[in-house]
Amino acid sequence: MALLTTIIVGIKEVWAHKFRSFLTMLGIVLGVASLVGMAAIIKGMENGMKETMVAMGGADKVLLQEQDVPSYQEHLADQAPGRTMFDVQALRSSAPLLRLVSPEMRIEGVIVTKGEKMVVPAELCGVWPAVIDMNLHTLAHGRFFTDIDEELANAVCVIGTGIRDDLFGSPEETGREIIPIGETIYLNGQPFTIVGMFERYESEQEKKERLLRKTSPAEPQVGPPRRRGFGRGGWAFRRKNYTMYIPLNTAWIRFRAASGRDNIPDPRLSDIDLKVAGIEHIETALQQARNVLMLTHRGIEDFAFQTQENNLENINRQIRNARLSGGLIAGISLLVGGIGIMNIMLASINERIREIGICKAVGATAFAVFTQILVESVVIALLGSVMGVAASYGFVQVLQLLSPTANEPVITPVAMVVAVAFSALTGILAGLFPAIKAARLDPIVALRYE
Amino acid sequence: MALVELRNVSKIYRLGGEEIRALDNVSLDIEEGEFISIIGPSGSGKSTLMHILGCLDTPTSGTVCLDGIMIQDASQRELAAIRNRKIGFVFQFFNLLPKLNVLQNVELPMIYSGVSGGERRKRALAALEAVDMVNRARHRPSQLSGGQQQRVAIARALVNNPRILFADEPTGNLDSHTGEAILSLFRKLNEEGRTIVLVTHDPEIAAVTPRRIEIRDGRIASKIDLTLAGLARGSVPASPASPVS
Ligand SMILES: Nc1ncnc2c1ncn2[C@@H]1O[C@H](COP(=O)(O)OP(=O)(O)OP(=O)(O)O)[C@@H](O)[C@H]1O
Ligand SMILES: [Mg+2]
Repeated sequence: MALLTTIIVGIKEVWAHKFRSFLTMLGIVLGVASLVGMAAIIKGMENGMKETMVAMGGADKVLLQEQDVPSYQEHLADQAPGRTMFDVQALRSSAPLLRLVSPEMRIEGVIVTKGEKMVVPAELCGVWPAVIDMNLHTLAHGRFFTDIDEELANAVCVIGTGIRDDLFGSPEETGREIIPIGETIYLNGQPFTIVGMFERYESEQEKKERLLRKTSPAEPQVGPPRRRGFGRGGWAFRRKNYTMYIPLNTAWIRFRAASGRDNIPDPRLSDIDLKVAGIEHIETALQQARNVLMLTHRGIEDFAFQTQENNLENINRQIRNARLSGGLIAGISLLVGGIGIMNIMLASINERIREIGICKAVGATAFAVFTQILVESVVIALLGSVMGVAASYGFVQVLQLLSPTANEPVITPVAMVVAVAFSALTGILAGLFPAIKAARLDPIVALRYE
Repeated sequence: MALVELRNVSKIYRLGGEEIRALDNVSLDIEEGEFISIIGPSGSGKSTLMHILGCLDTPTSGTVCLDGIMIQDASQRELAAIRNRKIGFVFQFFNLLPKLNVLQNVELPMIYSGVSGGERRKRALAALEAVDMVNRARHRPSQLSGGQQQRVAIARALVNNPRILFADEPTGNLDSHTGEAILSLFRKLNEEGRTIVLVTHDPEIAAVTPRRIEIRDGRIASKIDLTLAGLARGSVPASPASPVS
């Protein structure tokens, strides 16, 4: 019998019991909706994590960190040199596999003021221009420091938009974008001139929402502000926007000169960040850097490298876990849905034993009966999965209402296809047993059945 | 060779330790174009014989040859094809599918033989025409009288143009008037050349057929053949109740 006819008959049969079929489909609807919805949320999470990763400087950034000396060098701990400009110079000249070496001197406890207003930067660092490439900054206005600024230790700074927002007003408050290039601000009372400002860093989701607010403003906020949730991306972008850079030499002279022991300035940097020439050579590059540093540190191993690999692995593990649990939930829903289908198909063939007998008497082969039942089961599953895909949109909306995240869920076609394929499979598996049972019916027994 | 040849066919049911010989060593030939009635009391094995003839059931022993095919050796798949193409079966309880309308019911056997939609409709309407039911093509079986349902069932049995038509008490559920109408329909079909085997326990119905076979306790008790060929073979009326006036 032609498959098309079988399918039409199957759809008719399902349609003849609309309500019953619909109830049966619900299991599949929920399974598919949860599968597609989960996949969407995980996809959103993944996107957010990747954005965060970039906001923190990209996957090829390596931190050179201070570390306690190993136990066999305990007696040398006093002589540990820490990370100094000496290391930076040595790495730059002797480790060609490193693309970037960026020294940073973090300055803590600085309050930045402008008139009445004040702000504490999330990060105030003396840096080289290499930092732009290192931390993936984009300069939107003005310029970065020059070698002359560095050489002369000029009192200049480059700020993130967050600093501007707090000191001069944000575009949302003032209604226009203030570009404070040339303005003087005070770092613990010392005047600095702003020479540049970075672009505004934000996640895709924040950007979308901001633009939306712009096009349809004046929506008064009722009640407390809507919780933005624990946005994974949020803090990384915020931190980046509240960054303030000054030339390394400036930092040294203005903030560090009096901080060392015995009136000798502390030569140590707070950070040395590295980028390797190619992430595939990261092992060799780090080995090279290590050799250089062992030399400059006279064999005292008071440093360690921290690659983003750990971070990346963390992210991947989290995504894997989320996928697993999401898949498990969806799988259980589909299983339940499948059992529902099997149940209804068994009931249905029981009702139709006589009918099946008649069909066999007029020439239906066992195979024709088998496919008929199987097709019906698959029709139920597929209709359910189509509804499930539709429901997943609503499902995602509801989930977002319940627990808003910074990462917008992304419903992917792949997830839909996988969900539909899985429910088709569920339909086949659920229909298999009833179909075999129906196909095996003896025509005489079936015809006699009351 | 006869259209159907039964040789020493037995059907034995085993219930617990008990053995029920529903058919006991039955041999029978059915020629093309014959109109045969099988008569006998209730439980004598008429239906069992019909089911074996109709390829719905297989004998415990013996051979059945239908149109040159040995039924007892055929696979399930082949049996389905024979039921579909070579045999038309009419039941006492009509056995129409309640969810389908009259036309769809008649189309059903053609679906299994893979006839295309347009052809299916044409042939179904022709078959309904033959039983005078075209005007009810869109009705559901439940909206028809018993006689009308049986006519639809006959149309369904004929639609694949089978070699032989089996009817198991086709008038058993009908009043005598309607039964007669059905019976004359069979007679008309037979006059058109259709081979028909009809089961009944009503001697009056059996009386209209030229050939009668009486079954008792699973055995053929008597054969009456009033056809020219039968008379030529010397088959003489054996039972005093049988001859037609
Ligand atoms: N599936 C079965 N299992 C056991 N015994 C059976 C079965 N089918 C039929 N029989 C027995 O076989 C015998 C013949 O039954 P059958 O149905 O052929 O009778 P029948 O001549 O058609 O009777 P009726 O005129 O009442 O329809 C009966 O004794 C019946 O009990
Ligand atoms: Mg019977």
